[in-house]
Amino acid sequence: MLKAKIFVQLKPSVLDPQGKAVSNSLSHLGYDNVIETRISKYIEIRFDSADKEKTGADTEKICDSLLANPNTETYHFELEEI
Amino acid sequence: MRVSVITFPGSNCDHDAYEVCERRGHATRMIWHKDSDLENPDLVILPGGFSYGDYLRCGALARFSPIVNEVLAFARKGGLVLGICNGFQILTETGLLPGALMMNRSLRFICQHQYLRVESAQSPFTNGLIPGTVLDIPIAHKEGNYFIDAEGLARLQDKDRIMFRYCDAHGMVNDAANPNGALDNIAGIVNDAGNVLGMMPHPERAATDSVCSNDGSHIFKAIELFIDGVA
Repeated sequence: MLKAKIFVQLKPSVLDPQGKAVSNSLSHLGYDNVIETRISKYIEIRFDSADKEKTGADTEKICDSLLANPNTETYHFELEEI
Repeated sequence: MRVSVITFPGSNCDHDAYEVCERRGHATRMIWHKDSDLENPDLVILPGGFSYGDYLRCGALARFSPIVNEVLAFARKGGLVLGICNGFQILTETGLLPGALMMNRSLRFICQHQYLRVESAQSPFTNGLIPGTVLDIPIAHKEGNYFIDAEGLARLQDKDRIMFRYCDAHGMVNDAANPNGALDNIAGIVNDAGNVLGMMPHPERAATDSVCSNDGSHIFKAIELFIDGVA
């Protein structure tokens, strides 16, 4: 079996109000060295397959068609044998 | 005219839209998202709500409902499609409208009356309205912060595709009057052909005399003028 570990992130040009709120909280906690916080999504998909090439292509299609919005987000992933 | 209102699992403004269209004398149908027939409408309404619980991204999963393929085909043939709130989010996810609706800059769900300025009369949804007119139409959303890249924004501006901007009671468009952080105070846009409108405010919640604003009825009148020739 293979597991795709997928990270979906906001493009750098897109404001992230959640990240900003977390940065503010970190500042209240005394971390005055925090420059920026960005919130991302982490998604795991398990595949009943040992074919890394096909599973990689499938994962890419899944990200393009559903998991990431190309207007605002980018993604990257890695495949892990499980 | 004939109106079809789509109900997705989690839609919650479908009955409001239905009620307003019925009261205005239109043959109105409720269409379930698993149906594959729009029943020959003049206007399709994608209503507000929380389709699929807003899972993953607002509107992202509704895109895969069977009826959406029919809506896409209808829109490509020039049929009128009005997406309100979650309906706007679905339209951006389908690609019928550009950009995306991001989380409000306050991170809060906002439910309030909101002034909008009519920016253009060049659409079936605003024809007959005078640009600069201020409408009082409520908003209710957490993800209404419109975003598009610089190139896309320039295209919207250059092609007169921004129909409504958030403003104050005097029609001033500025940051103080922007409830959610939307780029360029954008509250509603149309596609290139002008037959698909997405807007975050809820005209169906302000379209009878029994509620405190009736300004949403201007948008329904504009559509009636376009389809039936009379408002």
